[in-house]
Parts: sequence; C-alpha cells; structure tokens
Amino acid sequence: MLESLDLPLIWAGLIAFAVLAYVMLDGFDLGTGILFALEREPGDRDVMVNSVAPVWDGNETWLVLGGGGLFAVFPLAYATIMPALYPTIIAMLLALVFRGVAFEFRFRAITVTGKRLWDFAFFGGSTLAAFCQGLTLGGLLQGIKVVNRAYAGGWWDWLTPFSVLCGIAVVVGYALLGACWLVWRTEGDLHARCRRHAGILGACVLALIVMVSLWTPLLNPLFSARWFGWPGLALTSPVPVLVALLAWQFWRGIVLDRHLMPFLCALGWFVLCFIGLGISVFPHIVPPDITIWQAAAPPKSQAFLLIGALVLVPIILIYTGYAYWVFRGKVIAGSHYH
Amino acid sequence: MLDALFLARLQFSFTIGFHIVLPAFSIGLASYLMVLEGLWLRTGKRVYLDLFQYWVKAFSLVFAMGVVSGLVMSYEFGTNWSAFADKAGPVIGPLMGYEVLTAFFLEAGFLGIMLFGLEKVGPKLHFLATCIVAVGTLASAFWIMSVNSWMQTPQGYSLSPDGRFLPVDWRAIIFNPSFFYHLPHMVLASYLSVAFFVGAVGARHLLRNPSNPASRIMFSMAMWMALLVAPLQIVVGDMTGLNTRAYQPAKLAALEGDWTTTKGAPLILFGMPNMQTQTTDYALAVPHFGSLILTHDWNGEVKGLDDFKPEDRPFSPVVFWAFRVMVGLGLMMALLGFAGLALRRGGALYHNGLLLRAMVVMAPSGFIALLAGWVVTEVGRQPFTVYGMLRTAQSVSPIATPGVAISLAAFAVVYLTVFGAGLVFLLRMMARSPVAGESGPTPDEPSRTAGLAPGPAAQVAALAPGA
Repeated sequence: MLESLDLPLIWAGLIAFAVLAYVMLDGFDLGTGILFALEREPGDRDVMVNSVAPVWDGNETWLVLGGGGLFAVFPLAYATIMPALYPTIIAMLLALVFRGVAFEFRFRAITVTGKRLWDFAFFGGSTLAAFCQGLTLGGLLQGIKVVNRAYAGGWWDWLTPFSVLCGIAVVVGYALLGACWLVWRTEGDLHARCRRHAGILGACVLALIVMVSLWTPLLNPLFSARWFGWPGLALTSPVPVLVALLAWQFWRGIVLDRHLMPFLCALGWFVLCFIGLGISVFPHIVPPDITIWQAAAPPKSQAFLLIGALVLVPIILIYTGYAYWVFRGKVIAGSHYH
Repeated sequence: MLDALFLARLQFSFTIGFHIVLPAFSIGLASYLMVLEGLWLRTGKRVYLDLFQYWVKAFSLVFAMGVVSGLVMSYEFGTNWSAFADKAGPVIGPLMGYEVLTAFFLEAGFLGIMLFGLEKVGPKLHFLATCIVAVGTLASAFWIMSVNSWMQTPQGYSLSPDGRFLPVDWRAIIFNPSFFYHLPHMVLASYLSVAFFVGAVGARHLLRNPSNPASRIMFSMAMWMALLVAPLQIVVGDMTGLNTRAYQPAKLAALEGDWTTTKGAPLILFGMPNMQTQTTDYALAVPHFGSLILTHDWNGEVKGLDDFKPEDRPFSPVVFWAFRVMVGLGLMMALLGFAGLALRRGGALYHNGLLLRAMVVMAPSGFIALLAGWVVTEVGRQPFTVYGMLRTAQSVSPIATPGVAISLAAFAVVYLTVFGAGLVFLLRMMARSPVAGESGPTPDEPSRTAGLAPGPAAQVAALAPGA
C-alpha cells in the first residue's frame, strides 16, 4: 500500500524536517559554545554550559538522523555528497568530538590550565563545526560533479567565496540563536549582555541573509528560474516580507526585553531561510544533476523505514518536548537546576 | 602497500575500534545502573543509591564519548566507503535508520533526566528514565548487530543489474543466520566487560579499605557476573563458532590455522600461520581435538584454507592470534568466577589479596577480549564487506591516497588526545572510593567533596521509599 505513494517526495520532506530540526536545536547549543568568545567569566560559562547540558545530546541525534536517513533512503546522495565534501564533513565531525567531550571534561579538569584548554575546545569545536556546516551547505548548493554514480570532482571543489560566505553566515546565525537562547534561559548580568549580543548579531544575520539570498540564484540558472518563475514566485515572494516582519518583532523583543520573543524570531529566520533553500534546490538532492527520485533507494527500502518513521517521529517529538519541559526555567549560577 | 584502500581500512578499524568499546561500556553500565536503582527503590538502602551516583558519573562521561565517536561512524560509510554505501545502502541503511529512531533518540531523550533529573521528577519517574536508557542501549545493539551479521551472512535480497543489493524479505534480512549468535555474544561481552571493570574498581578500594560497604557490593556483584556470565559466554561463543563453520568456513579455517581439509583435524593451540608457505609454523597441536570441538565428532571433516582461492582468504595470522587472545581471556574470566565462588563459601571473598589483585589486573580484560573478538569477526570476513558478494576493494570511496592519509592522521591525533584524556578522567574518578551520601553528576561536582555537602543528597535520601 505504502509503495504506491510518491515515497521519495515524502522522504525528502522528512529528511528536510530532520535537518531543520537539527539546525534549530543544535544551532542554539553550538551558538552557546561560539559565545564563549565573548563571555570569559568562568561562572557565566558554567551557566551557559548547564543551560544546554541536559539536551545537547538529543539535539545532535537529529544530525545522526539526517546522515543515517540519507544513507537509508537516498543512498546515492549519501554516497556522492560525502566524498565530495570529505574535508568539511571530517573536520565537522572532529570538531563535534572536541565539543561533545568538552561538556564532560571541562568540569572534571583539575588545573586552571586544563579547564581553560577544554573551554577552548568547547568554543573552537562549536565554531569549527558551525563553519564546516556552512561550507558543506555552500558546497552542496554550488553543485557536485557526479559521473557514473560516483563523485568525479576535485579535492578543493567545495572551497569558493560562496561556500566561505555560507560558513560565516552559519557561525553568526548559530551565535545569534545561542545569544537568544541565553536571553531566555539566564538572568542578571549574563542575560543583559546576551541581549546586547543578540541585537548586534541579529543585524549581522539580516545582512548575511540578504547576501546569501542574492548570491544563490546566480549559482545556477535553475535556481533563479525557480525563484522568479511561476509558480515559484508565489512561494518566494512572501519570504522576504516575512523575514522583515520577524525583524520588526525581533527588534521589539530586544528593546522591550522580552525573554522568549527574540529566540522565536531567530528560529523563524532559520525556518524561512530553510524554505528558501528548499525552493532553490527542489526537486534536486545533489545539485545540479541528481533528483530525489534518481537518488532514491528502492521503494521496498523507503516503505520499510517510513512505517517506523511515521510511528516513531511523533513519539520522539513528544518525549523530547517532555525532556525540555523537565528542565524548563532560568538556569541559576552555582547550582544546576532550580 | 600504503594505498588508499589500505588506509581507508586502517581508518575505519581505528575509528570503530575506539568507538566499539564505548557503546559496549554504555550497554553494560546502563543495565548495571538500572539494577542498582531498582535495588535502591526496592530495599530503600542508601548504599545502592550511593553506588548508582558513583557509577552514573562514569556513565555520563563514557556516554558522551560514545555519542561523538558514533556520530563519526554514521558519516564514515559515506566519506570512505561510498561505493559500499550506494550498493548495500538499500538493505542496511533502513536498519541503521531504525537504530536512530528506536535507540539513539530514546537514549538521548531520557539521558538528561537520568543524569540531572532525580530531584526534579522523583525516584519513580527517574527509575523509568534509567530503564528506558538501558532498553535504548540494547535496542541499539539489536539493530547494529543485525547490520553486522547481515554483512557476515547476507540473505533476503536480490541483486540489481548495476550490482546493488535490493531488499526482498526484511524478516530474512534482520534475522539472518548469524544474528542470533552475534547479538547475544556481543551483549554478554558488554556485560562481562563492565562486570570486570566494576569488579576491578571494587577490588582496588577493598585493598585499601575492606569494610567499605559500597566497594563490597560492587565487587560481590561483579564476582557473581563472572561466575554466571563467563561460562555462559563460552557456550554462546562455541555456538557462534559452529555457525561460522556452516556459513563462513574460510573465516573458521583462518582462525584455526588449518590449511588443508582433513578428517580428524588436530586442534592447533599455538603457532604462526604463514600466508606465503600456506602452513602454520611452529604449531603446537592436539590430535583430533579440532574435529571434536568444531564438529563434535572425533573424525569430523574440517575445511582448510586450501579449499578457497588465495584471493578469497582472510589474513590468517591476525585472525588466528586475535581468536586466541579472546578465548584465553574468556577462560581466565570464568576461572576467576569459580575462584570467587570458592572464596565466598570460605568467607574470604573481600580479604583475599590474591583474588583482589587478580581482579584489578583484569580490569580491561573484557574490553580487550571484545576488541579481539571483533577483529576475529571483521578481519575474518575479508576480503569482502558483504561476505562472498561484495569485495572490500569494490566498496571504497574514490578518494585519493593523500586525502585518506591526512584524515587518518587527524583522526589518530584527535582520538588519542580526546579519548586519552577521557581515560585519565575516568581513572581519576574511579580512584576515589565511593562514600556514603555520594552526590549526583551535577557539573560542579568535582569541586565539592561528597559527604561534606549533603544538601541535595539528603533531599534525595528523603525521597527514597524506604527512608
């Protein structure tokens, strides 16, 4: 029964959801690490880490679902994207190794130097992982050369001014999410400073969104046709308007010191950018040549995992929501949760 | 011989060798924590909560390292083995997808509550979270062992014209012929590894203070595990060997060091398999015992490597020696289990310096045996990734040698630094004796001496049903 549906289309939606969930969730906890660059006081850093300690692992699992899901249902995409973006993927993974263990290690280091070292690992790992994710996105958008079901490009194809701009945009974007998260979840001086960081980062993110959006349609005539042709225009034209509306709300949230509003607006920007990307790329999964139908695993594979996904993803969302609810409220210095 | 294929293999074995120890640790420790917390809730004895708090901190550390090294694995199939990913992806990809959906999210979703949530959700819900995390680790083992055993004994697929494996029968794929042997063998190995690690920590603290009740309990529980599980593991291992004989005779011949097919084959205890001369040099052998163990018949026929073309043979010296390391350690574990029983009956379990010291020495024995067993299974599968169907040489990514070499070097440096530091932190944690009023894994824990600051601990004690 399931096999008569357009399974690649459904799965493209589900994988896109997993990637978006990852970006939104791990975005703020990587951003918390990136903000170590601005927040140097050990007590504040402890609060920052404590605010994400109970949830970071679940957030990162969406990245495993993104990679594992691609392997399962679009193996050709997985088998061409990974070798093409080999250096950025490997560097991202190693950065995440450093950052992930730093959660545990920085509290266990005995000497001041040791603690500083793992603080730097937390900051460096978070920043490098975010930068590599941007490079990966840029490298994918600008296209991957595939011949005979295998990557046929060179070693440095991914490194271009566009991919570097994407890398910077992701780092700044995650830093914004982190700052807004801390505005929501902390109090006192740290809260006030994060509010200031968020205002500045918000302006930077808006500028970067405009730059990447103007550049993306130039990469591939297909992209611009989708953006400015019909029916794409009906979908794309509201996007800038909504970005501007969110910017207004964000600004109000910062000025009036609303605790949650800036975070929601920043997440909204990410959702809108993601939709914009989707409009550019769809129905390709490996631009410029491979579509979701060409990359799809056989229907039997896609249907088998889809049954599980349809049952389990809603359950996962429920208990993930519960875990967030258990650790709700402001994180207070000197103690774990109150 | 340093071609891209060899380096890619080296990189995979290096990264998975580091990784596999950590989930094995998590599987065993999660079940142990579940038992400890269950005992606390049932008896109300504070010492079980102390033990739970003592070990949950180690769990937190080990689990974090397992997550990040596992993340690497989930992408490495694509980066280094893209041809394998493209061809075998339709079959094993969905199984790994199920691992993420049924296991990883479950563990991650409830880990935060298990580590930091006791005071927030109360003991009953907290125990539920601990159970869910333990079940999650086992679910993960279920799926990944299904994938692994399918690569050993593939079935339930058809081949497409372009050489891809297409699923036909999911039940046949998941419950493939070696699955029911590899899964329990791996789970028991995880339990034994943790039992000997816990036992060693208990023994170390008993050597310093034989009356510490928490040390006594962990040591005693570990000795029961050694007594019951080590012999069981030997039986399961024997059955796994018979399964290998039926489905992967070349692997069996390689691990036995048998070069010629014979009836009434000897059991080679030690020797040096030589791939060039196709003999096992310096062999120390027991006549007929090879046939007796493998066929359970004095004159049964055992296949030798000469039954297989030279290009289809696994590299025997590695398989042969890894097998002996695994079996040797397994026998020593069982022996210690029986020694523990004998001393228990004499009432000297906590005071026998020889046994305690032997347990301390055996701390890493389970993990070493587990790694050796993994080498037997995976190197014995060579030169194939999907046994008999897809060669390793046809599985690799089109990445040039320098690229693989650089990433291998980066992995080596990062893993040795990060996991080396992790081991130091773990051993430092274990060097401290468990105390009454042990605190939970709050991040500021190291700066606080447990017992001196009984604030949260006292609150938790008040929550205990027996208190």
